[in-house]
Amino acid sequence: MTDKPKIPAIELKQLQFYYLANGWQLNVPELSLRVGQHLFVRGASGSGKTTLLNLLCGITKPVSGELYVSGQALHRLSSSARDSLRAKHIGVVFQQLNLIPYLSVLDNTLLSSHFAGQNKADATVRAKVLLQRLGLESTIWHQKAAAISVGQQQRVAIARALLPKPTLLIADEPTSALDSDNRDAFMKVMLAEADSNGCTVIFVSHDQSLAQYFAYQLTMQNLALGVQPC
Amino acid sequence: MKLARLSLWNRRGTVLMTWLSLTISIALLIGINHLRIEAKTSFTSTVSGTDLIVGARSGQLNLLLYSVFRIGNATANISWPSYQRIIKHPQIAWSIPISLGDSHRGYRVMGTNSDYFTYYRYANNQPLVLRQGQPFASVFDTVLGAEVAQKLGYKLGQQIELSHGVGAVSFSQHKNKPFTVVGILARTGTPVDQTVHVNLEAIEAIHLDLQQGAPKPTQVTREQALAHDLTPKAITAFMLGLTSRMATFTVQRQINEFKTEPLTAILPGVALAELWQMLGMVEGLLLLISLLVLLAALVGMITTLLASMKERQREMAILRAAGAHPWYLFVLIQLEVLLVTLASMLSACVLLFMSLVLLQDKLAADFGLFISLNILNQATLYWAVGILALSSVLATIPGMLAYRNTLADGLTVRL
Repeated sequence: MTDKPKIPAIELKQLQFYYLANGWQLNVPELSLRVGQHLFVRGASGSGKTTLLNLLCGITKPVSGELYVSGQALHRLSSSARDSLRAKHIGVVFQQLNLIPYLSVLDNTLLSSHFAGQNKADATVRAKVLLQRLGLESTIWHQKAAAISVGQQQRVAIARALLPKPTLLIADEPTSALDSDNRDAFMKVMLAEADSNGCTVIFVSHDQSLAQYFAYQLTMQNLALGVQPC
Repeated sequence: MKLARLSLWNRRGTVLMTWLSLTISIALLIGINHLRIEAKTSFTSTVSGTDLIVGARSGQLNLLLYSVFRIGNATANISWPSYQRIIKHPQIAWSIPISLGDSHRGYRVMGTNSDYFTYYRYANNQPLVLRQGQPFASVFDTVLGAEVAQKLGYKLGQQIELSHGVGAVSFSQHKNKPFTVVGILARTGTPVDQTVHVNLEAIEAIHLDLQQGAPKPTQVTREQALAHDLTPKAITAFMLGLTSRMATFTVQRQINEFKTEPLTAILPGVALAELWQMLGMVEGLLLLISLLVLLAALVGMITTLLASMKERQREMAILRAAGAHPWYLFVLIQLEVLLVTLASMLSACVLLFMSLVLLQDKLAADFGLFISLNILNQATLYWAVGILALSSVLATIPGMLAYRNTLADGLTVRL
């Protein structure tokens, strides 16, 4: 008797994307990540980091090749099915201005669960627990996002990304606006929460010093090498 | 919906200005339309069943305005013998003499006889109904229109004094000949409501004290007046009902060719149509202007939204990252526009209602327009649907922009 093979969290095969406007293209020969694996993606500006993230999120569709997230063939799904998959299985954290400024901390956190079609009452209970675990006290839950500090905003962004219990967390330079103390605290909290959810993490940054938090890395300038140990 | 509401609140400064300009333009549009419909209804329902109106030689609009709408003045009077001769025409079934020229606290006084209460019709052949009391029986009796009684708080048995002339302020009062209110008419929604009705003889009686408009040195008391021959010497106009509609043009021609004095006989329906045609051009122009004002306000709202799209790019990217489909963003923009338009429509209705409450009396007194306060009618509903549809169509521009940008930009925010 053989073990049933585990489905990879992410799998890319001969993925190609092409910008018609300037002729720039992205080619990813092969990439595979196991569930729970943390990947550090580094690359200079214009190397295609955000394009790769857009493809992984299902916001843009590859020109050719195959892209699987949690076993689902993203390249074959319709636009709305990709949006639905993103709401349920993918959490995204930006580098800054992660929150809608006029919504409260709690409402910002609940956004992803709303699009994932989760029960609001249940999601609210889980959001409060998550916010508290991330060190955000109830006194700020009903404050507008614009009224809290940048460090707190980034933690709310993690809460929003993790609330629907995604299988994949994508972070696009989320520490760029933080000082070194806040940056370290943020990295620890984010990775710990991702681990507790069994979440695969793809972390994009040009800051090589952050590679210390990851076991694997991918260099945009040399995608042919694939995933390498840090 | 919550997101749209909060997003609007977040941009409340610009939204407030947009709401204000939309409120004014929608109020203008619905108001002009309401006035147009009400004016037409009011005009066409003022007189019914009358075949001809006769007055001194003048234009038909002038005659119609002073005899029916109590606006303006007659160029000359009709002598009583001429009136008597005309109404003996075999094809005339009934007549209502009208004598104008006096007023009571800004309301026109009309001298007539009891035939007025029998034959006068308004709207769809509706007769006049006395809400209280009875038609005048003696010389110094008066029957009040519903508006006069309500606004001045008059009751049956109360005594009132008339003034010479039709201005709001008169220097010549008929103080020594008070009238007793014997009847109050039910509301008609026509100038009848704003009229003080008295006997033709009473008009003669109160003018015994006057000589060419100025008071005589010796005053005639009420009792002395009753002893005089109060047969009218002249009237301002008269209405005619014919035995057959077929005779209308024959009788009209005969009156117009009346040798004794120059007279004009008009068909009220034709005169009303001409009047409406004249007003219709102005009304059409006003409607066009208000439509353009509304369009400008809506375009302003869309321009404001388009201008805000750049700063909302991050908001759109966050929503997309959270799983929102581009259509969701399209609908969000549409909802925001519809919310502002709906709020503007509601406030426009309130503004219009309050304006009508304030202007209703003035419109009735100065223009003879009886405008209903009920602005929520079928026409308003059609306009409301039209405005919402137009704003929704215009909102597709920023909506599609949001849709396309989020598809193209994805999670990238182009600064």
